[in-house]
Amino acid sequence: MELYDKIFKPKKLTLANGKIIEEKRSRTPFILLLLLIATVVSVRITGFSLATVIKRGNQFFVILGQMFPPNTGYIGNIWGPLLDTIKMSLLGSFIGGVLAIPFAIASSSNLIKNRIVLSIVRVFLSIVRTIPTLVAALIATYIWGLGTMAGTAAIAVFTFAYVGKQLYELIETVDMGAYEAMEAMGAGKVYAFMTAVQPQVLPAYLSVCLFCLEGNVRYAAILGYVGAGGLGLILNEKIGWREYDSVGMILIILFGTVLVMEALSHFIRKKLT
Amino acid sequence: MKKEIEKMYEQEPKTWYAKLLAAFLVAALLAWSMSAVQTGKTGGDGLSVAAKIISGIFHPDTELLFDFTTSGVAYLLLETMCIAFLGTIVGAVLSVPLSFLSATNLVPKPIALIFRTFIMAIRTIPAFVYGLMFIRVTGPGPFAGLLTMSLCSIGMVSKMFIESIEDLDIKILESLDAAGCTMFQKIRYGILSQLFPDFMSTLIYRFDMNLRDATVLGLVGAGGIGAPLIFAMSAYKWNQVGAILAGLIVLILIIEVISTKIRVKLTRG
Repeated sequence: MELYDKIFKPKKLTLANGKIIEEKRSRTPFILLLLLIATVVSVRITGFSLATVIKRGNQFFVILGQMFPPNTGYIGNIWGPLLDTIKMSLLGSFIGGVLAIPFAIASSSNLIKNRIVLSIVRVFLSIVRTIPTLVAALIATYIWGLGTMAGTAAIAVFTFAYVGKQLYELIETVDMGAYEAMEAMGAGKVYAFMTAVQPQVLPAYLSVCLFCLEGNVRYAAILGYVGAGGLGLILNEKIGWREYDSVGMILIILFGTVLVMEALSHFIRKKLT
Repeated sequence: MKKEIEKMYEQEPKTWYAKLLAAFLVAALLAWSMSAVQTGKTGGDGLSVAAKIISGIFHPDTELLFDFTTSGVAYLLLETMCIAFLGTIVGAVLSVPLSFLSATNLVPKPIALIFRTFIMAIRTIPAFVYGLMFIRVTGPGPFAGLLTMSLCSIGMVSKMFIESIEDLDIKILESLDAAGCTMFQKIRYGILSQLFPDFMSTLIYRFDMNLRDATVLGLVGAGGIGAPLIFAMSAYKWNQVGAILAGLIVLILIIEVISTKIRVKLTRG
């Protein structure tokens, strides 16, 4: 950015008292130019064309139209996989959320002073976070076979990475006064953490976990695509057979479930804070 | 002194039964969900499979990794980035009107509720279903992926947009009014300058997320790095998987560092 100031000299203004101040040139044109270049390159590579969208846009609604009216007769077959999906996300979120705690503590700079431990744990957390859920699920199906165990494992990995990062950010912003006071009175690190830090982060931690659980129900629907059990399994099957009215029914049930989960978790989160 | 402390302790609200109940509930839910966990048949001992996968991932196929033709990792990553970038932009363009229409401080509550439900409905449909729909429009390829990304972005982006719109400081508009500003000036100096940093920060974050989610597109042949990755996985070519994953992880880490820097700068001004 200093180079930018050298090329485009700052504007000189003379104030009423004779003092000369410099106003830096706006960066907006530069950023706009960069964005424009990125857009042009992206349009080239992806073959984006608005004309196609306008001309053939109605094709998008063909499948959507076939989903309505949904096949209500199919509803009896949905409940089993739906419960599997909910169970998978409950268990996966729980395992991931609990596993995240020690890692989050180990990567909080206010509790752990050792820089090497800190950076190792943090890099580990961010690498786990970059593993796409789908890849985790596929690998899990090779290890545990097709079924809900694989899905649970994938959800646990995803939750672990997400909650881990959120939790260490929470712990780092905690008021350390109480912790230091406990230590000064001779309390051990564990005791000081449990009495001074834990009560401060617990409500936010639980609400992050609930948020994750809610998102995981949605993810669990995708996981079925690779054979990891749950609602996605029948969704994939019905799409394969082009029974779009059944797909519509599944999506409506999924929508209802997500609505209920969101309302529940919103209610609990409100109670917590 | 001691008596006072004891008195304070007695005044502490007794919540142990609520805690016990919550713990009991969580335990019951977990026990219930345990019943779903079943493992299927694997192609061998689970641990040896895992060992093979991990050793493959740590010995990436360097030929694929440093191949700069259109089938190499570098080009695939560039394509994925382009999909995520344009997808975010198109998603943002679609989200702006939706989020203005569902901000409760601008429109009546019933209308806002309708649009919110609509946004949630958009969010529920899984990405690969959108992918299938768009392939009918554009044919397989990155273009379909781009459109899918844009629809998938709407849910989260408009949720964040709504929050920033609802946090608008009305007092600034009133003072601009008092200073005799025209409608255009009010929008330019009162509204845009408040919303712009929040919007940009949301979009950069979403770009980051889209890059991570882009692998899903490969399932239905909607371009990006997902398809080669999934093909390599189902063919048990773990060296190729390792090469692709290595490229993807490095790219995502770089983008994450940059995006965090920009977002910190945006929020602190």
